[in-house]
Order: sequence, then C-alpha cells, then structure tokens
Amino acid sequence: MSFINYMAREINCKLVYYGPGLCGKTTNLQYIYERTNPEAKGKMISLATETERTLFFDFLPLSLGEIRGFKTRFHLYTVPGQVFYDASRKLILKGVDGVIFVADSQIERTEANLESVENLRTNLAEQGYSLDKLPYVVQYNKRDLPNVAGLEELREMINTTKVPDFEAVARTGVGVFDTLKAVAKLVLTELRKGG
Amino acid sequence: MVNPQMVMYEEEFNQIQAVVDRLVRDANAKVVFIVDKNGQLISASGDIDNVDTTSLASLTAGNIAATGGMAKLLKENEFATQFHEGEKQNIHIQLVGNRVILVVIFDTRSSLGLVRLRVKKANEELNHIFEQLLKKVQEPGADSPFAEITDEDIDNLFND
Ligand SMILES: Nc1nc2c(ncn2[C@@H]2O[C@H](COP(=O)(O)OP(=O)(O)OP(=O)(O)O)[C@@H](O)[C@H]2O)c(=O)[nH]1
Ligand SMILES: [Mg+2]
Repeated sequence: MSFINYMAREINCKLVYYGPGLCGKTTNLQYIYERTNPEAKGKMISLATETERTLFFDFLPLSLGEIRGFKTRFHLYTVPGQVFYDASRKLILKGVDGVIFVADSQIERTEANLESVENLRTNLAEQGYSLDKLPYVVQYNKRDLPNVAGLEELREMINTTKVPDFEAVARTGVGVFDTLKAVAKLVLTELRKGG
Repeated sequence: MVNPQMVMYEEEFNQIQAVVDRLVRDANAKVVFIVDKNGQLISASGDIDNVDTTSLASLTAGNIAATGGMAKLLKENEFATQFHEGEKQNIHIQLVGNRVILVVIFDTRSSLGLVRLRVKKANEELNHIFEQLLKKVQEPGADSPFAEITDEDIDNLFND
C-alpha cells in the first residue's frame, strides 16, 4: 500500500525481495546500497543471525528522484528465506506494492525455488492479494555458477505468468539494478491507475 | 486493492503535527514520532536531527508486526502498548486505532507515569484525526496526483 503525502510531496512504496534461503536477496540490497549516492539512500538495516542469514528482514530506504513534483521513495525489504521463518515472511508482505522473486539458478535448488514461489502465492492470498495482480518481476540469480539450470528451463518452471525477468549475478551486481528498475516502473504504472 | 491507499493531506498533517509537537513538550520527551503499520514515517518532533527516524520507523513497524503476530497466536487482540527500558533512554510504543503507531522516546527528565498520561490523551486525539482522514481518502473523486503521469515521466526517473 503506497503512501502519498501531499504535505511533504512524497510518495512512498514498499518493495519486497522474496525467494528461497541463500538465493541472494540480501546480496541484492547490499549491492544497491553500495552503488547508490549517499543523498539517495538511508541506512541499511539487517536483522540477521550470527551466520548472516536473515532473521526478520533487511531494510533499505531509497529515493529515486521526482515525478511531477513528488519525491518517489522506495522502501526495500527482504524476507528470511529459510522455510521455518514463514511467520515473519507473512508479516513483511503486509502492505507490499511490488514483489521481486529471486530464484537460485543452481540445479539443486529447483525444488526450493518452486516451494518458495508457491509459498509467496499462498502468503499473499492469505492477505487478500493476488500475485497476478501485483507488480511482480523475477530474477534468476547466481548465473556465474557452473551448475545452473538453463534460462528457458527456469522460465518455464518459475515464471509461468511471463512477467519481466532478468538474469543476475547479485554478488557482482549484474542485473541487480535492471531488476529493481523494472519493478519500480511497474509500481509507478500501477499508481497511475489509481491503485 | 485490499488496503485503502494511505494518503496524507495538509490539513490533517498539521493537526497531527500539532498533537505530536505538544506531546514532546507535555511529556518532557526527547523525540515523538508517528509511523504507519508499514513502517512509513508520518510525523516526528523533538530532537529529530540526532536520531535516524527512517530506520526507527521501519524497526518500530517490524516490532509491532511481530508482537501482533504473537498476539494472534495467543488469540489475543493486539498488544496495544509496549515499553522498553534502557539505561539512559526509554521507548514507549502505543498503537493508535490499530492503524498507526505512536512512539515516545524519553530519558530521566521524564517518567513512565507522565508519558503514559500524556500518550493517553494524544491517542484519543490522533484516533479522531485518523478516522477523519480515512473518511476523506475513501471519498470518491480524491484523484491520485499520478493519474496523469506518462511512460516518459517514469522513464526519466531512471535515466540519471
Ligand atoms: N556465486 C554467487 N554467489 C552469490 C550470488 N548472490 C549471492 N551469493 C552468495 O550466496 C550467499 C547467500 O546470499 P544472501 O544474499 O545472504 O542470501 P539470502 O537470500 O538473503 O538468504 P536468507 O537470508 O537466508 O534468505 C552469500 O554467500 C552470497 O555471497 C551470485 O550471484 N553468485
Ligand atoms: Mg537474507
């Protein structure tokens, strides 16, 4: 649920990075944080375990510039991917305006990817959202690794509704901003419809 | 859309800001701020140059979401009030009308008793203001300023 503030002339939107454990959600945010001008970003907050697995969420506030005199601000969140943190994932989806599904391209993560997409659908539906109506993009991450599934194969499995999708290597930043821009565009387009 | 769009207008913003400004003084607080349940900062007052209100806003919302989740498991209603006591500073968190969160940060210049008392009054006032705001937002004809934006506007945002 975006927040339009006429007083501050700001629009705030919430984006959530979703996906199985270790697929690279936190890495996406870290790269964005590193590569954004200080004036366009706030502090990145990571609520993580001692082994750097996301425990509750990562949070990164970003400003993307102005549209028609309104500052556009995006709040980026990641969910914890580990299966047993499902209660936390549900909480973070509340009020979401756009979702990025980060898939782990490695063949051995096929099952985990599919479970996670299904889990995303279920958790959204529980709150009365439909993934098919929400601004939504898919990222196939870890393309640098040798044991990855083919792009078309991944597409067929994960991106059944044919939303915009991107290959990525989040660790070095390949595809990270393309993914972000694509979902931000969809969210702003949705606002135009008076969402 | 399940949630009505959150919108803030000048009139209500000024009313809210007045309540928040007064609460800082009446409760001898360091900082007072209001966040919506999604973590977006609505209003802040007091010594805000020395705290990261954006981060605090997101963590407050996460905190309220987590305790709300716990309440649900216990078949409780929300836990409407929380208090965290530190060595030098304390945080009082109050859920207002199950919509927004009122946060008061105070130190030894104030006391929990005083903060509670002042928050209670502010809570009632804020509840009223937010109810009005919600009505206004739901009125037809409240056009989004984004209704007119073009693909070009959106593209331009990403070209720098
Ligand atoms: N080779 C390679 N490794 C990556 C890539 N992206 C992330 N990683 C690594 O994968 C590991 C997990 O990344 P995270 O970003 O923490 O994963 P996550 O999705 O946030 O995991 P959870 O917090 O448990 O849900 C880290 O060691 C990253 O450095 C990539 O594109 N290629
Ligand atoms: Mg993570």
